[in-house]
Amino acid sequence: MPDTVVEQSRPQSPNIQIYRPQLTSVLLIANRISGVALSIAAVGLVVWLAAGPQAYAVVQGALASTIGQIALFAVTFGFFLHLCGGIRHLVWDAGYGFELRAIYASGWAVVAASIVLTIAVWIAARFIAG
Amino acid sequence: MARARDRGCSCAATLWFIVSIMAHGGSDYSVLIAWLKTPFATLMMVLLLIAIFYHTALGLQVVGEDYVHSAVKIPALVAMRLSCLTCAIAGILAVLQIAFGS
Repeated sequence: MPDTVVEQSRPQSPNIQIYRPQLTSVLLIANRISGVALSIAAVGLVVWLAAGPQAYAVVQGALASTIGQIALFAVTFGFFLHLCGGIRHLVWDAGYGFELRAIYASGWAVVAASIVLTIAVWIAARFIAG
Repeated sequence: MARARDRGCSCAATLWFIVSIMAHGGSDYSVLIAWLKTPFATLMMVLLLIAIFYHTALGLQVVGEDYVHSAVKIPALVAMRLSCLTCAIAGILAVLQIAFGS
């Protein structure tokens, strides 16, 4: 298989310039974007684990700040979006839910569940941790 | 099918982590360390790190293959996999240090 790619740009049919965003395509790219963002968060997790006591105080302080809380909230939402999207994929892997109606129903369920779970986790964390 | 198993494990492990972190979030260092030291938390944390970085490697592989087409593709994918391995091992070492250290 030839490995060299012709460097000059070939004419390509427009996709995002032409097609109206659909639930299907938006959720798909959201799953990818949230996945990549979560990869970065995973590295952050390792850093958090490896931090010694002094660094821990700095990290906790940064997380407690407004920007930190907003970032944490965004990561939580991205996590649940990716989680629910992933479960949707698992259902497809099992062979269910390929009819168009089911696809749209499960798609909206993913969006709703992500929002609800994010808010629920944050409220619960407030209650438990005090 | 391997991807479905990987997705399932990552789901379970991360859900455990979220719940635990909710319970211990605002605590200070000694409390958090005391919780992480317990054998169950240590085991779950190691499993979580393996599941997360294996899942990340699979996912970033697909993303890289979709968007990189030049000669840099193969080195980039290899570097990505090695980074995931490195981060996973670094995380596991950190967890073990907490578990067995002072």
